Amino acid sequence: MSAQASLPRDFFAAFGTTEPAPEWWDGSEEHLWVILRGIPDPEIPAISLVDLGIVREVHCESGARAATVVITPTYAGCPATEAIRQQIQRVLEAAGVTSPAIELRISPPWTTDWITATGREALQQFGITPPCTIAGNLPRALQFRPACPRCGSHQTEQISAFGATPCKALHRCQQCREPFDYFKPL
Amino acid sequence: MNTPAETDQPAAAKVLDPHHVAWVLRVADGSLVLSQRMTEWCGHGPVLEEDIAFSNIALDLLGQARLLYSHAGALEGRGRDEDAFAYWRDEAEFRNPTLVELPNGDFGQSVLRAWAYVSWQCLVWARLEESQDPALAAIGAKSIKESRYHQEHLGAWVVRLGDGTEESHRRMQAALDYLWPYTSELFHLDAVDSAAMHAGIAPGLDTLSETWAGYTSALLQTATLKTPAPTPFMATGRQGRHSEAMGYLLNELQSLARAHPGAHW
Repeated sequence: MSAQASLPRDFFAAFGTTEPAPEWWDGSEEHLWVILRGIPDPEIPAISLVDLGIVREVHCESGARAATVVITPTYAGCPATEAIRQQIQRVLEAAGVTSPAIELRISPPWTTDWITATGREALQQFGITPPCTIAGNLPRALQFRPACPRCGSHQTEQISAFGATPCKALHRCQQCREPFDYFKPL
Repeated sequence: MNTPAETDQPAAAKVLDPHHVAWVLRVADGSLVLSQRMTEWCGHGPVLEEDIAFSNIALDLLGQARLLYSHAGALEGRGRDEDAFAYWRDEAEFRNPTLVELPNGDFGQSVLRAWAYVSWQCLVWARLEESQDPALAAIGAKSIKESRYHQEHLGAWVVRLGDGTEESHRRMQAALDYLWPYTSELFHLDAVDSAAMHAGIAPGLDTLSETWAGYTSALLQTATLKTPAPTPFMATGRQGRHSEAMGYLLNELQSLARAHPGAHW
């Protein structure tokens, strides 16, 4: 179950994106965030890992050029988690971090409320309706009817509660008749 | 912290009771074995949407199992990782309830079984949030959000098929009659459960039965299905004595790993 081997370098090319060439790390924590913000999510490359709310903390020791990145999985079984870990590792190494450590932390559990405004906008542009805000009331969030990302109509219906990735559901717009992905509130 | 950690375990996972590891493992085994059964539907679902749904739920269950096995390994402190538990234990060492290992049967039976177990899981995850074991509390808090989606989806199918056509109703009632006796095992508190409960590892296990029965009977009623009368039968999967189906399931799950020990891909 634990895939130890590293992914081929052109792995992300298959998703229509190439591995970003990071800037050389200047040793600051702020710059580390900038570098991480350049890493796309492997399954939804329109959004960066930081905007998805996966990166929880960064700690660095600029003298030793060492850094620790704390990430959290979206879904417990999300197969992208391993790819994400390896990608962060590679990007940080390319940016000149000598001993990048990636720590996986599950508490508090990831929630779609952590997706940033930039991230929500990116999802919308990509054709995925961003999740409605939960704010501690998931049952209410589940009642929410997402708007079509193309025409904006709220006349939509769910086709499938589960989609191409664990985090999405498939919906259809009754106005423009187009199917679309909805990022499920979690 | 120079090497990436497989999962986030507190520096020292503290064993609170001699049965601590055993309790974590039986919950992990339930998730893994049900995941394996649901995976069998991949490529065989009655409609594409349900094929995808079953695969997604199976993946979430596998995620739960991985977290729990990793935690059990940390508690045990003998260097066993998630793969060691999944691939290198034999049948009698698996402590999942028999319910989850039973063959899938038709789609309705698979839905009903998964719904019954996932509903039990939801209650357990909620109780784990009060656990004295912080890693288990974290796993509970993480899992419950996903399990609620599963429960809602599967429950909707129980209603749709139960209160569906004459044929679907007949099949669902038959599936319920077949599966129902196996559910008793979920609530039979043995020494491991009692110890876990009293050590605060898994609080409130003694109230699971009542809550579960209340929830399930209400939904079964909506589904126009008749809750079967209780029987004296008690399954023994959680004691390591499994049904005939378990050996075949493990063979499929473990044979590749065992044919190539230590292989990575």
